[in-house]
Amino acid sequence: MARVRVLIRPKEGILDPQGKAVERALPALGFERIEHVRVGRMVELEAEDADRVPELCEKLLANPLIEDFEIESMDE
Amino acid sequence: MLWGVLQFPGSCDERDALHACGLAGEARLVWHEDRDLGGADAIVIPGGFSYGDYLRAGAIARFSPAMESVAELAAGGGPVLGICNGFQVLCEAGLLPGALLLNDDLRFVCRQVELAAHGDPPPPGGASARSRFLAGIEPAERLSIPVKHGEGRYWAPEGMLDEIEANGQVAFRYTAGQNPNGSARDIAGVLNEAGNVLGLMPHPEHAVDALTGSTDGLRLFEGAARSPA
Repeated sequence: MARVRVLIRPKEGILDPQGKAVERALPALGFERIEHVRVGRMVELEAEDADRVPELCEKLLANPLIEDFEIESMDE
Repeated sequence: MLWGVLQFPGSCDERDALHACGLAGEARLVWHEDRDLGGADAIVIPGGFSYGDYLRAGAIARFSPAMESVAELAAGGGPVLGICNGFQVLCEAGLLPGALLLNDDLRFVCRQVELAAHGDPPPPGGASARSRFLAGIEPAERLSIPVKHGEGRYWAPEGMLDEIEANGQVAFRYTAGQNPNGSARDIAGVLNEAGNVLGLMPHPEHAVDALTGSTDGLRLFEGAARSPA
C-alpha cells in the first residue's frame, strides 16, 4: 500500500477567516511580523492504487472550486 | 403535490420542513439510504449538519443513494429546494453553482433577515422568472425570513457570478445592510439555469406561521405546489 498525504488549502484570493483569526491572535503571544496565515486540512491515507488519489481529491477530499490540493508520498 | 423531505444523520430541520410542506400538500420523510423517493413530486433537503459536516459541509451527503435520485428528479425538471445545509449539499453535488464558506466574521449568525426576491433589479426573464418556487413573488419584493448558520458565505469566481446574474439565477439577495456572512454580491439564494433547483441559506420553513413572526417562507412552498409543472 502506498502511504499518501494530501494537503488542502483555500485557494489564493479567497478570504480565510480562520487564518485571519489565528494571525490576529499571534501578537498577543509575542509573535510579531507573522503574515498571510492560511488554515487548511491534511488527510493521510493508504492506497493500493496511488494513481487514483488525484481523482479522489477532485471528487471528495477537496472542492476544486474553492480549494487547492497537493499530494505527497509518505514512503521513503 | 407530494413532497419528500430528505433526512441524513445530522439533519435537524426536517420536522419544520415537513410541517411547511404539509401546509402546501402532502409530505413524507425520505431516509438518505433510500434510492426510492416514494413517488415524491418535489424534494426538500433540509438544514442541519449532514454526516456531521465532516470534511466540508455537504461533501459526504452528496454521495448518498437518495441524492442520486434527487439528481435524476432535478434533471427531469422536478422542484428541488435546498435549505442551509441542503444548499451546501446542492452546491457540492454540482446541481447549483458556487460554494458556501465560513462566515466572514467566524460567528454563527441567528436572526431575521430581509431578502429581495429575484434580485434587485431583476433581469428580464431568466431562471427566477421560470422558477415555481418564486411563482407569485414579485420582482424585488421584500421577504422576512430567518438565517441560522456558521458557513453561509456564498462564493463563486467573478466570471461565474456574472453568468449567474445574467441568467437570472439569483433567487434572493440580502437587502442593504442585511448581509449576515459576507456573501458575494449579497447573494442569499441561487437557482440552476432551468429554475427548478433552488438553494438558499435563509430558512423559509421557519417562517410559515405568524406566531413566529413571518409567513413569508410559506410562499415558496405554496408557489411550487400551485404552479403548473
